[in-house]
Amino acid sequence: MGVELIRGDNFVTTSLASVVNWARKSSLWPFPFGTACCGIEMMAALASKFDMARFGAEAVRFSPRQADLLIVAGTICNKMAPVLKRVYDQMSDPKWVIAMGACASCGGIFDNYTVVQGIDEIIPVDMYVPGCPPSPQALMYSFTRIQDMVQHGRGASLAPMSESVVPLPV
Amino acid sequence: MDPHDIPAKLAALLPGLDCALVECAGQSTLEVPAARVKDVLRILRDDSALRFDQLLDLTAVDYPGRELRFDVVYILVSTAYSRRLRVKTRIADGGPAGPALPTVSDLWPSANWGERECFDMFGIRFEGHPNLKRILNPDNFYGYPLRKTYPLRGERDPAFLEYKETEPA
Repeated sequence: MGVELIRGDNFVTTSLASVVNWARKSSLWPFPFGTACCGIEMMAALASKFDMARFGAEAVRFSPRQADLLIVAGTICNKMAPVLKRVYDQMSDPKWVIAMGACASCGGIFDNYTVVQGIDEIIPVDMYVPGCPPSPQALMYSFTRIQDMVQHGRGASLAPMSESVVPLPV
Repeated sequence: MDPHDIPAKLAALLPGLDCALVECAGQSTLEVPAARVKDVLRILRDDSALRFDQLLDLTAVDYPGRELRFDVVYILVSTAYSRRLRVKTRIADGGPAGPALPTVSDLWPSANWGERECFDMFGIRFEGHPNLKRILNPDNFYGYPLRKTYPLRGERDPAFLEYKETEPA
């Protein structure tokens, strides 16, 4: 083992940030926050027919401390809002958020006294998925867009930054 | 017992009771004055010919134009006789203390949460309830959202500035 052995055709040079981000985007661990019918479509996206595992997201974590992607799939009412905020705060940085469906994005049809008019009133959101509910394909499309954001070191919870200053793992 | 015989039976047991049975779409509704409603419900539960042993739901309806503003509705089931009965009573807004009725949570345990929901949504107090606090809305919620006077969009509604309800003591 040594530097000599890794010289050759299979050797590429790159920045540490892009390698770390490539690893991150290929193993995003989602926290499923399914509160309504969008949750059913999210389950479909995670299950065998659509299979988000193909994009490295098979490890669904029910502890926010082990997850780096929050998928908010469903209506968030005012009583649920502090719970969602707490779950988000418990996730360790860096973290990304998908607002799946009309309710999570803007309150949807529920313009009333109980429902939060979009989870971006509480937490930063990276990707809004339109639909009521969105199809699993739509969720997976947004997931690949999140992967692009991860690769380029962008995220609503991160400070605006260039690729060179992505926080590295300690 | 046929539902049509219930008013006569109740009148025999509770002298001076003024109640009526209304039939609609094959469903029976017993209308009872609020002052006697708990006595009536106790008989409906305990009488061997009636035995309404289950309280399926307890809810209310707001009719803001009416002097007796609220209907409180008890939906009873007799598992012994496979019968259903709706009991309705009317109560007034009740001034600063708010509308009030005696609790029936001692008759049917299921009334506990039903009365809390009724309190939460309509501000109706159930006297003697062991734990009368909000059940669906957050604890710091202001107002009674199923009253017709409540603005649909809540605090975001411009009409909310004018919305005032008497908070029960």
